[in-house]
Amino acid sequence: MSVRRLAKDQPAAFEFTPEGLEKAAWWIAKFPAGRQQSAVIPLLWLVQKQEGWVPEPALRVVASLLSMPVIRVLEIATFYTMFQLSPVGTVAHIQLCGTTPCMLRGANALKGVLAARVCAKDHTSADGRFSWEEVECMGACANAPMAAINDYYYEDLTPEALEALLEAFAAGQTPGPGSAIGRQGAAPEGGALTLTDPTLYDGSRARPLGALPNTPAPGPAQ
Amino acid sequence: MVGILEDKDRIFTNLYGLHDWGLEGARARGVWNGTTEMLAQTPEWICDQIKASGLRGRGGAGFATGLKWTFMPRQLSERPHYLVVNADESEPGTCKDREIMRNDPHRLIEGCLVASYAIRAHDCFIYIRGEYVFERERLEAALIEAAAARLIGKDNVHGWDCNIRVTHGGGAYICGDEMALLESLEGKKGQPRLKPPFPAGAGVYGCPTTVNNVESIAVTPEILRRGAEWFVGFGRPKNSGTKLMSASGHVNRPCVVEEAMSIPLRQLIDDHFGGVRGGWGNLKAVIPGGSSVRMIPAEEAEVALMDFDDLAARKSGLGTAAMIVMDKDCDIVAAIARLSYFYKHESCGQCTPCREGTGWMWRIMERMVTGEAEPKEIDMLLDVASQVEGHTICGLGDAAAWPIQGLFRHFRPEIEQRIANYRSRRANVPGVTLIAAE
Repeated sequence: MSVRRLAKDQPAAFEFTPEGLEKAAWWIAKFPAGRQQSAVIPLLWLVQKQEGWVPEPALRVVASLLSMPVIRVLEIATFYTMFQLSPVGTVAHIQLCGTTPCMLRGANALKGVLAARVCAKDHTSADGRFSWEEVECMGACANAPMAAINDYYYEDLTPEALEALLEAFAAGQTPGPGSAIGRQGAAPEGGALTLTDPTLYDGSRARPLGALPNTPAPGPAQ
Repeated sequence: MVGILEDKDRIFTNLYGLHDWGLEGARARGVWNGTTEMLAQTPEWICDQIKASGLRGRGGAGFATGLKWTFMPRQLSERPHYLVVNADESEPGTCKDREIMRNDPHRLIEGCLVASYAIRAHDCFIYIRGEYVFERERLEAALIEAAAARLIGKDNVHGWDCNIRVTHGGGAYICGDEMALLESLEGKKGQPRLKPPFPAGAGVYGCPTTVNNVESIAVTPEILRRGAEWFVGFGRPKNSGTKLMSASGHVNRPCVVEEAMSIPLRQLIDDHFGGVRGGWGNLKAVIPGGSSVRMIPAEEAEVALMDFDDLAARKSGLGTAAMIVMDKDCDIVAAIARLSYFYKHESCGQCTPCREGTGWMWRIMERMVTGEAEPKEIDMLLDVASQVEGHTICGLGDAAAWPIQGLFRHFRPEIEQRIANYRSRRANVPGVTLIAAE
């Protein structure tokens, strides 16, 4: 288990923006009537998108929106590690994957870069603009090592590529996510070896099939 | 030809996102083709076809998908049926569902419709892991396209109302367990429920529910289109079909690829992943199915087949077919210790053996990395592992124990050597290295 506690310094109040409230209503409407509690994770995520982190007053707001006890919302916020319980960098929050697949491909070197150039792990840089943490597997292992910066995945990183990304963010740019070595998605480096048959894409697959294989002779419902 | 599967037999034709992911592009690749005919058949027919195809769940456990669907009540009661798609892909090494969701979302949506019909559900939730923000946005966009074309939703052209919704998690690995996922979907902490009752009896909101992996759902329409025999044609008996496989770690060209089941592991690495870094002779061990299976050493990897039964016979498992390859330059003990930290971090804290045991195992493993341990602690560690394994509600306890057991099964002398080396450098004061494991 990971031990997670609320930050000491909390703002006095939290309020959703009108767009945030609209989005919250959209999430709540996804679930059956009376099951609005199901929307608690998406709503806390909305809070985090709005504030950058999840402050304590927001837990009360979410609880009253979903008519659930505050303690249940607190449970959710502390259980799920994606919620930041204290403020993170205003420009970029870097989540570096450190689990074995990324570690085998050089995540430890990337940790060194972040520690040297940004700040100590789980801290925010002195100017408050950058922060970083080590997270567990992010599910992009064929493109390891990777980091999620402000939600989007930057893959196939090298120490140099990560430094370049940091510089770009520091300069106010938002570099496009994806592979740092120009790979197409999860295709092998140098281009896909499979899926090269042009007949897959010429529309021949869209031709009407007629009867499906193995259907009973007179279709029961036809 | 690379590998043994031909392009014409690949299901995920936009795996790498080289083509249009949208509805037009998906239709040109054959998605949504013949869906009306599928839904004109009875749900029993669909279940029978999927059973006949031998499709085993692609999420790791390998339970027969068609059989799982038949567990749902045949008669609708006042409790609605639910289909829940498990897109909480968090197993270290695994990154296959992500490719489906971002590059071929319509294949998944079509599968959701067909599977919902087969289990008589009008409601479907896709529970995607929270970190997949881009994939979630893509999936939402595809759902809007499909609803606008009246392929899904109320009064759609297929004649089976199906309300498909995407929701997301909050970065908890444990929510990949189906019972934890259902808890999380209900807006609670992701702590797995006890089985029974099984989801088909009382799942989300206490209603009959089927939970399936993204890949299992996404391949079903294609099986119905081409026929169960076509799918059975790949792989060995009881391990049929095609499967997304991936590699990470020390291979030259890691990637995700669709291959036929039962492909020799070595051929998969050599043909698709560019071989092991430094050549096959440099291979030390492979974890073949995501982190939660036991590793197999190089000499077994040489002859192993990528299917459920062959790897199970080697006391490993196919899992998600996401292999982690480790060569001789890597510190294999550190690699497993990092996995132990992962499980310690992700334990939900509900069952004592797992909550405490994962921490103990991680702390002992960390000392094994440097060799700062007593030789007898190896047996102690294995004892702890065996006491965690099988004594928890969900599979996380097992998953935490297996990598360690696999390591010591094959490389115990190496760690004993490490301990001996460490001790030979220091004065041997009895008890000096025994740090309490809290």
